[in-house]
Amino acid sequence: MRYSAFSLLRNTLSHHKNWPQLWGSPDPQPEYDVIIIGGGGHGLATAYYLASQHGINNVAVLEKAWIGGGNTGRNTTIVRSNYLWDESAKLYETALKLWENLSQELNYNVMFSQRGVMNLCHNVHDVRETKRRVNANRLNGIDSEFLDAQQVKEFCPAIDLRGGGRYPVMGASLQRRGGTARHDAVAWGYARGAAKRGVHIIQNCPVTGFDIEGGAIKGVQTAKGPIKAKRVGMVVAGHSSVLANMAGFKLPLHCRPLQALVSEPVKPAIDCVVMSNAVHAYISQSDKGELVIGAGTDAYCSYGQRGSMHNTEGTLAAICEMFPQFRRMKMLRAWGGIVDTCPDASPIIGKTPVEGLYINCGWGTGGFKATPGSGWVFADTIANERPHALAEPFALSRFSSGYLIGEHGAAGVAH
Amino acid sequence: MLLIDCPHCGPRNESEFHYGDQAHIARPENSESMSDQEWAEYVYLRENPKGLFRERWVHSAGCGRWFNAVRDTVSSRIVATYKQGEEAPISAEEEGGLL
Amino acid sequence: MAQKYRLPEGGRVDRSQPLRFTFDGKSYEGFAGDTLASAMMANGLRLVGRSFKYHRPRGIITSGVDEPNALVDLYSGTSKHEADARTTMAELVDGMDAKSINNYPLLKYDVGAVNSIFSKFFVSGFYYKTFMWPKAAWLKLYEPFIRKAAGLGTAPTVPDTDHYEKHYGYCDVLIIGAGPAGLAAARQAARSNARVWVVDDQPELGGHLLTRSATIDGKDSDAWIAEVRAELEAAPNVTLKTRAQAISYFDMNYVAIWEKVTNHMANPPANMPRERLYRVRAGQVIIASGSHERPLVFADNDRPGVMLAGAAETYVKRYGVKPGKRAVAMVNNDYAYGSILALLDAGIEVPLVCDLRQEPDGALTQAVKDRGVPIRAGHAIVAIKGKNSVRGVKVAALSEDGKALAEGEKPASQACDLVVHSAGWTPAVHAHCMARGKLAWSDDMSCFLPSEGSDANPNVSAGNCAGQMDLASVLTSGHEAAGQVLEALGMPANNAPAAPTADPEAASSTRILWIVPGEKELGYGSAKHFIDFQNDSTAFDVQLAVREGMHSIEHVKRYTTTGMATDQGKLANLNAIGIVSEALDVAPEKVGTTTYRLPYTPTTFGVIAGRDIDELLDPARTTAMHPWHEDNGAVYEDVGQWKRPWYFPKKGESMHKAVLRECAAVREDVGILDASTLGKIVVKGPDAGAFLDLVYTNKFSSLKPGKCRYGLMLNEDGMILDDGVTSRISDDEFYMTTTTGNAAPVLDHLEEYLQTEWPHMQVYLTSVTEQWATATIAGPKARDLLAEICSDVDLSAEAFEFMSWREGTVADCPARIFRISFTGDVSYEINVPSDYGLHLWNTLMQVGRKYGITPYGTETMHVLRAEKGFIIVGQETDGSVMPFDLDMNWIVSKKKGDFIGRRSLYRSDMSKPDRKQLVGIKTVDPSVVLEEGAQLVRELKAQPPMDMVGHVTSSYMSPACGRSIALGIVKGGLAAKGETLYSPQPDGKVIEVVTCSPVFFDPEGSRQNG
Repeated sequence: MRYSAFSLLRNTLSHHKNWPQLWGSPDPQPEYDVIIIGGGGHGLATAYYLASQHGINNVAVLEKAWIGGGNTGRNTTIVRSNYLWDESAKLYETALKLWENLSQELNYNVMFSQRGVMNLCHNVHDVRETKRRVNANRLNGIDSEFLDAQQVKEFCPAIDLRGGGRYPVMGASLQRRGGTARHDAVAWGYARGAAKRGVHIIQNCPVTGFDIEGGAIKGVQTAKGPIKAKRVGMVVAGHSSVLANMAGFKLPLHCRPLQALVSEPVKPAIDCVVMSNAVHAYISQSDKGELVIGAGTDAYCSYGQRGSMHNTEGTLAAICEMFPQFRRMKMLRAWGGIVDTCPDASPIIGKTPVEGLYINCGWGTGGFKATPGSGWVFADTIANERPHALAEPFALSRFSSGYLIGEHGAAGVAH
Repeated sequence: MLLIDCPHCGPRNESEFHYGDQAHIARPENSESMSDQEWAEYVYLRENPKGLFRERWVHSAGCGRWFNAVRDTVSSRIVATYKQGEEAPISAEEEGGLL
Repeated sequence: MAQKYRLPEGGRVDRSQPLRFTFDGKSYEGFAGDTLASAMMANGLRLVGRSFKYHRPRGIITSGVDEPNALVDLYSGTSKHEADARTTMAELVDGMDAKSINNYPLLKYDVGAVNSIFSKFFVSGFYYKTFMWPKAAWLKLYEPFIRKAAGLGTAPTVPDTDHYEKHYGYCDVLIIGAGPAGLAAARQAARSNARVWVVDDQPELGGHLLTRSATIDGKDSDAWIAEVRAELEAAPNVTLKTRAQAISYFDMNYVAIWEKVTNHMANPPANMPRERLYRVRAGQVIIASGSHERPLVFADNDRPGVMLAGAAETYVKRYGVKPGKRAVAMVNNDYAYGSILALLDAGIEVPLVCDLRQEPDGALTQAVKDRGVPIRAGHAIVAIKGKNSVRGVKVAALSEDGKALAEGEKPASQACDLVVHSAGWTPAVHAHCMARGKLAWSDDMSCFLPSEGSDANPNVSAGNCAGQMDLASVLTSGHEAAGQVLEALGMPANNAPAAPTADPEAASSTRILWIVPGEKELGYGSAKHFIDFQNDSTAFDVQLAVREGMHSIEHVKRYTTTGMATDQGKLANLNAIGIVSEALDVAPEKVGTTTYRLPYTPTTFGVIAGRDIDELLDPARTTAMHPWHEDNGAVYEDVGQWKRPWYFPKKGESMHKAVLRECAAVREDVGILDASTLGKIVVKGPDAGAFLDLVYTNKFSSLKPGKCRYGLMLNEDGMILDDGVTSRISDDEFYMTTTTGNAAPVLDHLEEYLQTEWPHMQVYLTSVTEQWATATIAGPKARDLLAEICSDVDLSAEAFEFMSWREGTVADCPARIFRISFTGDVSYEINVPSDYGLHLWNTLMQVGRKYGITPYGTETMHVLRAEKGFIIVGQETDGSVMPFDLDMNWIVSKKKGDFIGRRSLYRSDMSKPDRKQLVGIKTVDPSVVLEEGAQLVRELKAQPPMDMVGHVTSSYMSPACGRSIALGIVKGGLAAKGETLYSPQPDGKVIEVVTCSPVFFDPEGSRQNG
């Protein structure tokens, strides 16, 4: 059923009894052409593009719990592509272009809202590095501009340029095409689109082992029995190391808790996304009215999906510094996720030491914004059994050759 | 806020410490003869286990000393802390859980 | 009439203290001891707000932290503006100013209520299905409309002027909640040697006993509470906090407690914080957090005047307020009849009670029956009359299975102005779950109860939250919990009291109907069965979500927003689980719960930030000379935490002019720079030299005492970490300097390697950054100036060469003089103990006057060093630059053996010719100064994208060169010096540049050596 105001009206008249299931709940087949492990946004997007772009429909997405329940459902929904290095910029810009048409493509409103993303500068060094990034973005064909302090205030009147005295705002980069989206809707929209094209979305189905013969993947063991496939894509974010261990190789990843929080909902108070590396926090306002705030990572390895109080204390101190009028707002809800981060803060996309087993991980604190692009290049990589051109620089092998893509600046504040 | 039992000072809040990732990895003496791949493994590859983990901490706002801990990365429970150069004082059963 | 719903007597309010407050601009009166909610109710204010989505009129439903509807903005537009304040938790204060929320133009006549008409359209998830066409309309039309309609109160616009405090607390036993279970536990724990904390969110101890009193240990519960309170207050080992809510529970028994300190005071003392946050580390925790009454899910259960039975009882008994005059009740349990009795006692008429049970039993039920109140078994309220306020109900018998009205049943009307209802009580297992405890479904009680705990967080639940519902067992479980944790701690109570006793209640039955049917099937007709009142999510929405394939409770929550309102699902969640379990036809245990997120109740940002705001967010560091900089108009640059003078403008002088003047002074006369912020580390011990050989790329063990050497430090990945000059003080002592921002990271780096890789080395590292103050004098007249105030060092060029240091006396202070140069001119870095720093500076300024001494800041320092092609770590480098990229092969020792980062320099990608390398850059037009951060291309294209080959890292107008100069890193730049590159500008212009050697000035170094 195509969604539209008309279908909504028609279903209203039939008391909403006839809406079809979004993605169903099929039992696994014995074999698929491709198995995608991980029913987060990236995995579902991969399955969707395998079916829609590459004609590979005999696909299963295996999710250990419920789809969209990992970092897809735990992030602060920021979308932007203003990354420093060419390799990253091209990848994230591919994603951003897909975002711009995603609701229409999926016939599912993911509420992508291009309200603009500002990254603040608070000292001379920040200004220099920001201008470098803005200029690089521009020459990569990505919209990006530098705002001076006054322009920052005009774009976001809620901000206090004094920054509490310690972090005066000296300027900002602005990407007007950046913004936010409704995170759950992205998973659901891709799942619905994929299911419509024949993809099996199998929930509550953890993978417990790999069947590897002669260095090549033959299938996986799951809680619902063995499933065969000659091509398997692994998109499990915080659990990548665990699955890689099962498959017999290691990844240069660190899993750490990343937290975020929202305030009680209020009428519109801030109309864009504001991020600051130096003060270390970022903020936007959801359509519901909650201030959506992030966040620091804890330093230590953890799979606990929960962070520490002192991290939240630091984040809110930073927010109170930039927006002193929000000090009397109240934190409604806080949560944590597991972020898998590479030493260079860039992802790993491509082949693994096991033939036919592909990996897509290491998105660290910034994976949500990449969702469509990540799915796009990963589907292409699996379909053609070679890395997509945009994925090539993100090969696992970069760690031994030394060509790292250091995005610590762009990813400096976890986001 | 973990409560970490510094082997030199006693239990202190986590905010007094800095994390040092996996413990018991010696810096190679023979880097000259290592391949790029082997060297990369030393520089970048660390265990990232879900479960018990032998890891390093430094009591930076205290005695300033590095030490090791065995911690469960799921429950955050710290099974043991011990001085540098010592073996992890954990049971065989716990040892089995170590990656 | 004032307070027309106030009972003539009773309640715990202080009638001798009338307090004024306003609601939507109108003035009312309440009493000390009221909450805003009870005071509003006393004045007959029913309609207090509008709901989120449909803008339905809403009233007060509960009397506590679980209130979803009765929210207001307090003190709008002032520095005390609080959005979405919960009236049921706001203690009434004289002069309190409240404003209803989410309505326009008026609470009574709200334009947004038009949404209600379209409510059939606005089912769960409707927005995912529409608003997609035309594409541009989402951002321009639909979303702005949705955003404006959403939200509740308004955000403050004026900074909060109150202050907040944070404390740490340590105890052996933390007791969360001071109701009967908590008090029973506290009384015993107080008699041990354990340090005990007791916290409760209410201003008074007693919990639910304040609503429903009882007999404990043979006396009235008020007397019992007073007795326990006196004992706790007298016990030196007990810390008692009221108005203090445990908001979150972290690993290792670390609990955050939020105390409201002055909110209840009209004129709080200025020195007191508004709120405090305690972070308490507890050996053991007793969770006695009680339970929340659960609403029944029935048709139009949101109308103002419909409230929970227990809440109605609380208003009557605790606040002396009548929530209405004539009440109809619908209940499914015996306990709720106690509430009905309270209403009867207050003179509220109760014409009938609908009991969902087919055979109502229980002592309280009987007592109500004995009062002549008709009890309709197997009956339900199937419709509510009245919109802004309840006017009546329709009552009907239900079918046997409770899923519909009994066959042929015609609902009967009953006039009333109040509806009270109860589906039983849901244990508040939040703290248990935040502590990673597990839950198990109880079929007997139809709720989740704590099962396993977590060994990382030793705690025990007691009372209602552990599933103990009658008072006698609540008291026993509290007492036993204390015994259990004291035993675990090995701190038994001395002279332990006997467990407090109350009369046990007889068992009675409960009947669970997750949905109470209305006149029409769900989804038909206009009535709505609300689950999450604030978010307007209904039983129908949940069923629809399940129909559409949302089979996980997490999906249902997210799709319908059930449980995501500001009461965090305290009312909604269990009902949602029940309805999902029915829709899926699985046991509730299989459905499970959503994660219990912190905080338990919404918590002020300010108290979480505490004092770490404004200047204290990140305290600034200043040097010994700072007072002089302040007096002389320095403009500062923030470098790390330091305030460094950026330049010293004369009156009316621009930055550009000031820098030109400062540069000229250094090149022609003498300039003075405060270099105290550089990191300084003493490296001492017999192995100090060998250690430095491992740390730097070049050799230091061969350095002679009295000499200085520039060094480059790498990370293990081969990338540049830091640079600086290190001098040999003696055979076993070196004095290392680091960049300002990297002092701490470098020390950490050194310590880490020293302790963990080379523990056999005898080396000691000491940070002395703050022990020394450094004044650098640079320029042709620097030597003459120094000679005037230093008589015990031979300063001649031959005796005191470049790159060496001397100990001596400068301006009568013991000093170390380093002859090193970051400017390319003769330069002395004079270090004196910090206490003498200002004296040294003043003396140099005074004596230097005749040499034209000119203070200069970091900007001039940057220009001068760029003229010499000296890099700045963090400016020319960015973590991706290694020594070869800077043409600094000379500093990478090939002979001395290993050092940190060495192996990484020889990886395959490191020798690629197209790596980005350091070059000098000259604009073709010498008057054009490139922007730092400008990107460079080899081939111009009309439009982006274009391939970038590098960028400008430093760029200045150079007075010495008489033109602009720049440094940059460019792909393959070392081999291609002299090539033409282009920098396309945002305005479409292109700046043409030519690359060159990075040394622009005095390449032979004759000036610095002279």
